[in-house]
Amino acid sequence: MTDSNNKWEYAPSLEGTSHIQLKEKYDLFIDGKWIKPSNNRYFDTINPATEEKLAEIAWASEDDVDLAVMAARKAYKEVWSVMKASERAKYIFRIARLMQEHAKELALIETLDGGKPIRESRDIDVPLACNHFFYYAGWADKLQDAFPQRNIQSLGVAGQIIPWNFPLLMAAWKIAPALAAGNTVVLKPAESTSLTALKLAEIIQASGLPAGVVNIVTGNGDTGAAIVNHPDIDKIAFTGSTAVGKLIQKSVVGTSKRVSLELGGKSANIVLEDAPIDQAVEGIVNGIFFNQGHVCCAGSRLYVQESIADEVVRKLKQRMQSLYVGNPLDKNTDIGAINSKEQLGTIEKYINIGINEGADMYQLECEIPSKGFFCRPTIFTNVAQSSVIAQEEIFGPVLTIQTFRTIDEVIQKANNSPYGLAAGVWTDKGSRIFNLTSKLRAGVIWANTYNKFDPASPFGGYKESGFGREGGLHGLEAYLK
Amino acid sequence: MTAQHNNFTTIPHSPSIDKVGVEERVARFQTRSIKGPSKMQGLSMVLSMIDLTTLEGKDTPNKVRQMCYKAQHLHDFQEGLPTVAAVCVYPSMVSVAREALKDSTIKIASVSTAFPSGQAPFEVKKMDTQFAIDAGADEIDMVISRGKFLAGEHAFVFDEIAAIKEICGAKRLKVILETGELATLDQVRRASDIAIHAGADFIKTSTGKIQPAATMQVTYTMLMAIRDHFDRTGKMVGMKPAGGISTSKLALHNLVMVNEILGEAWLSNEWFRFGASSLANDVLMQYMKQVTGKYQSADYFTID
Repeated sequence: MTDSNNKWEYAPSLEGTSHIQLKEKYDLFIDGKWIKPSNNRYFDTINPATEEKLAEIAWASEDDVDLAVMAARKAYKEVWSVMKASERAKYIFRIARLMQEHAKELALIETLDGGKPIRESRDIDVPLACNHFFYYAGWADKLQDAFPQRNIQSLGVAGQIIPWNFPLLMAAWKIAPALAAGNTVVLKPAESTSLTALKLAEIIQASGLPAGVVNIVTGNGDTGAAIVNHPDIDKIAFTGSTAVGKLIQKSVVGTSKRVSLELGGKSANIVLEDAPIDQAVEGIVNGIFFNQGHVCCAGSRLYVQESIADEVVRKLKQRMQSLYVGNPLDKNTDIGAINSKEQLGTIEKYINIGINEGADMYQLECEIPSKGFFCRPTIFTNVAQSSVIAQEEIFGPVLTIQTFRTIDEVIQKANNSPYGLAAGVWTDKGSRIFNLTSKLRAGVIWANTYNKFDPASPFGGYKESGFGREGGLHGLEAYLK
Repeated sequence: MTAQHNNFTTIPHSPSIDKVGVEERVARFQTRSIKGPSKMQGLSMVLSMIDLTTLEGKDTPNKVRQMCYKAQHLHDFQEGLPTVAAVCVYPSMVSVAREALKDSTIKIASVSTAFPSGQAPFEVKKMDTQFAIDAGADEIDMVISRGKFLAGEHAFVFDEIAAIKEICGAKRLKVILETGELATLDQVRRASDIAIHAGADFIKTSTGKIQPAATMQVTYTMLMAIRDHFDRTGKMVGMKPAGGISTSKLALHNLVMVNEILGEAWLSNEWFRFGASSLANDVLMQYMKQVTGKYQSADYFTID
């Protein structure tokens, strides 16, 4: 009755890309129009899974940023700040609906440009981005109810700089609350992933949002610096690396600019011996391999209670066997491409550091495409708190595993980091959850789950993971005085 | 037999189960892409894993004979189709099925131990089992005493299973947990561990008489128990979700789950079965759609 060979392969299921509309060249979206960069410079954006060029993107100069800020200021003064709040809400709702209508196209472009698996961009990034607009649209005419006993006012022009790991979602996190609170926006997407923000600009244009309320300027670090240093910007919202966050913090000293920074992390994912072990393993996988580990709150420092450490590591390796690494457009793919060659280099550097530090490395043995930037899911055991790979943010699919004996010990170790963005706690005991969550110094703590996001839930960090919160009412407050 | 070496006190601690986490995990199995050759292979596997079942008060010898014929001739218009794995009937119908199936390779599974409630004296349950075996059953599908289990008398449940396994000898024993009555996934896991350690060759979700039956969450939990047992002992145990799996899609999702949790070694009817009465025709319909490119009317697929 037994077949000698029961091997069963899933069917490759590539999402077609023929129906998406990409221009060959993208200009800057300023004052409701597409404008060529003043120095006529463009750069290529590529598909990290194939290294093929997707489009050319305008490189905004200081003058272009100035133009954008002027447009935003004008729109703020003349239109957006004086518009009835209920009217503002209508525009934001309209953007949300249009995004939903374009959900499939947005998901495909996100995957093409950033390398993340289509399953994630389709099921997580794009729906969440839409939900942020819906959520904040609802608050736009209820600001007084949201903050009673306060005479609230919008800030003015917000300069927003976002990273490459969740391009559209981060744009939504930044733009939606800013608009709902009555501000206008100059947003710069990350250099390697500008396309969905530009697609969003097309959607915003189609929504009839008054010109200048949202301006999208593409470019590199210089463009970002021009935004940060622009004297007529009232608020800087930045998500990205801690190094750049520190530069921003320095450059706004002595100005009246408000700042919120959402920076790096090295978040502790803590598994206690009474945890639901198979679900914890699932949470470990989701915590570190979600979006190739390009997640600021990735659960990259795993702490497992010593009594169950062998079992957890064994089960984790077993679970890794059913991860599919490969073409991000394939619906079966769990782990897609690393966002850029540069980032792949960084990850490989840290993997080598781990090996040289004497940690035990385990990598999933799987085929990876010969072209494009790919990294096998990697875990390190035999790691100490003092290992470099356990201290520094790697921003890739690389997990360090440490063991601990007591709860007090793990609280100390988890907090023993310059970062404090997120943490995960796995236990069957409610009292332990509350004990740990009250003592861990992290902005977001998940219990028996990981990497869960919701527009109603604030997100942000402690210490060098930044300050200010995004999402929920906290996120709205960041755009009000 | 393992039953003689195990006793209730040697059952390892059962891990706790987080239902929300299980639901998320299960959702992921449903996103794998099964189409083209992959779908044909999957559908063919599903057909070969079916325990074609009739378990009704109104079962008659003729009904059982007709079902046995269908079991051997799923859809004669199409060549290359497998037969189902087994037919599943009440003990009183085993001799009828034996005669109808003659020397076919299709197995005869008999429910026993006062199926479906299990509310009968232990002696009766043993007689029930012995009767089915004497009548020619190849496999026994017993039910656990859920009342005793929920009352915390786990040792009683263990002893009962071990005793029935002793009667079965080399015949394979499937142990029905009736998960719809166990209420939580923690209980499902504990009952799975007890059944496996008492000597079950297969663990099975449900009688088909209680809803919910074979949800993917429950099957997932039981597969993890099998996985852990295999990792600990190197011994394979089979799995049979039963009740509620009536579409090809759901059956294929179950196969994906088996493939990813237990691996390809379990992808045969020796280690995985579907207990179902109406699944076969839906699979046949999907199979013929793959072959001909068109959906055929349900009237072209026989009901027995």
